[in-house]
Amino acid sequence: MAAIQVKPTRMELSNLKKRKKVAVRGHKMMKDKRDELVRRFIEFARQNKALREEVEEKLSRAMKSFVLARASMSGAEIEEALMYPARAAEVTAGVQQVLSIQVPKMEISAQEGFTYPYGFATTSADLDLSVQLLAEVLPLLVQLAEIEKACGRLADEIEKTRRRVNALEYVMIPQITETIRRIQMKLDENERGNLTRLMKTKEMLQQQKA
Amino acid sequence: MAKIGVIGDRDSVLLFKAVGLDVFFEDEGERANRTLHRLAREGYAAVFVTEKLFPSCQETIEEFKGQAYPAIIPIPDNSGSKGIGERTLRQNVEKAVGMDILSNT
Repeated sequence: MAAIQVKPTRMELSNLKKRKKVAVRGHKMMKDKRDELVRRFIEFARQNKALREEVEEKLSRAMKSFVLARASMSGAEIEEALMYPARAAEVTAGVQQVLSIQVPKMEISAQEGFTYPYGFATTSADLDLSVQLLAEVLPLLVQLAEIEKACGRLADEIEKTRRRVNALEYVMIPQITETIRRIQMKLDENERGNLTRLMKTKEMLQQQKA
Repeated sequence: MAKIGVIGDRDSVLLFKAVGLDVFFEDEGERANRTLHRLAREGYAAVFVTEKLFPSCQETIEEFKGQAYPAIIPIPDNSGSKGIGERTLRQNVEKAVGMDILSNT
């Protein structure tokens, strides 16, 4: 690992030692963060998978009976029945912090007393069924949206954190360590040079006296 | 209060009108992408996109990836699930953990 190019002075040495301490501490914290993120992520991912399977299954069923309804009713009748919803579905959208990552927190306003948005005169039973199935799956759908988004955000954050951990572990810290070693050696070498010079002068002085 | 939007072809998403979601009919990817972008800026909390249109909306999805809202979620259309949602999840897992750990559990 190539060392950083700095002047081999005591000043630089102490600076580098401080930097190394910070880097090591940062590395440890990043690593902890990564581990915790992964743990949370796996929980979310499991939930996400289960939920998605459930939603897709139920949604497909709703869609299927809607296809049947379309077959038994004319297009205009269906449009007429569905175009005016009984009430708009709304969600309260909050923000939840998972390890200081913002993930959405949605809650659909309770739809008690579910009613069909149309009269029964011109509509088929298949349409009733599909609307009912969809109304049942709606809260799950919202929950899925929340969890899937959280999953995506966590995955991004984990990737970023892992890069940082690796950069610290395999680049920053070895680089600093190597530089410290080099400066230390250089300083030691100067010290030895100085010492021998002193000894030599002392010897020469003694010879002169004698 | 935030709203939820649905984007898809008429036959698949008309049904969502009945439960009070805001439905937008699009058959073609580029237009769906534009609609999605507009909805995202208008502050929709979640937008469901049919799997058929989902791949062509990647541009917008990438753009709003870094924010908590909106959540852009693929849903199966009336021809059934093609597994795009599952694949998205799998990609996330692979990105985060380094390998696919959900497939055989």
